[in-house]
Amino acid sequence: MAVLLEKSFPVEAGAFTTAGEASTTIKRTLKQLGINAEVLRHVSVACYEVELNLVIHSLGGTLTLLVDPEKVTLISKDVGPGIPDIDKAMTEGFSTASAEARTLGFGAGMGLPNMKRNATEFDIQSEVGVGTTITMSFALR
Amino acid sequence: MIVRDLTELLEAKDRTPETDKNAEVSCGYTCDLLSWVMAHGTAGMAWVTVQTHMNVIAVASLMEMTAVIIPEGIEMEAPSVEKAKEEGITVLESPLTAYEICARLAGKGLPGKHE
Repeated sequence: MAVLLEKSFPVEAGAFTTAGEASTTIKRTLKQLGINAEVLRHVSVACYEVELNLVIHSLGGTLTLLVDPEKVTLISKDVGPGIPDIDKAMTEGFSTASAEARTLGFGAGMGLPNMKRNATEFDIQSEVGVGTTITMSFALR
Repeated sequence: MIVRDLTELLEAKDRTPETDKNAEVSCGYTCDLLSWVMAHGTAGMAWVTVQTHMNVIAVASLMEMTAVIIPEGIEMEAPSVEKAKEEGITVLESPLTAYEICARLAGKGLPGKHE
């Protein structure tokens, strides 16, 4: 499928003050493309969750937005530390967030389940010591 | 209910006089867990929270909320106020507790969140 748009955003580990900037830009971009409000809302929620996960849990990574006529795709790729038990990480209420993240109101253990709930397709691959890749797609029709 | 109605009702200080005071408020909500709000927020919402950092505005903006209300005389951090102005979200600081704020909003007929 022909890609209409591809954009990448670097996300820095621990950068809480700028967290959400990539998601805001992505939302704005999709709005300009005329993506319908319902899809836009699902993408925005999942995008912010995955961006926050990069800030809170990863050693840094990249968020990539792809748009084709059929779907919007978000790919989050980080450089570690990797998730030892994906099933556990996918469980609502389970979180390994730091005290700092919790003080800010994160770490409720809702992130990954919330992404899965909002995406049409959700895939997570992780290897300890290597990194995690999350691929989410959102059907446009 | 519109944003203008909130200020007097909640005895609040408006930190963002630049935003649209005729913007419609669809419902009220209170929660301090941002990840929870991400899962449950809706457009047009007036959200009561004691959190004052930048991520509050990021969440409010992504959910297309109308207003963020900070209770008990807590001050919103200056960078968050600036960000709110950019995003067109009203920030109100009220001396009332979150409980009292919600009670007053409900008393005026503002509904809770609906799916």
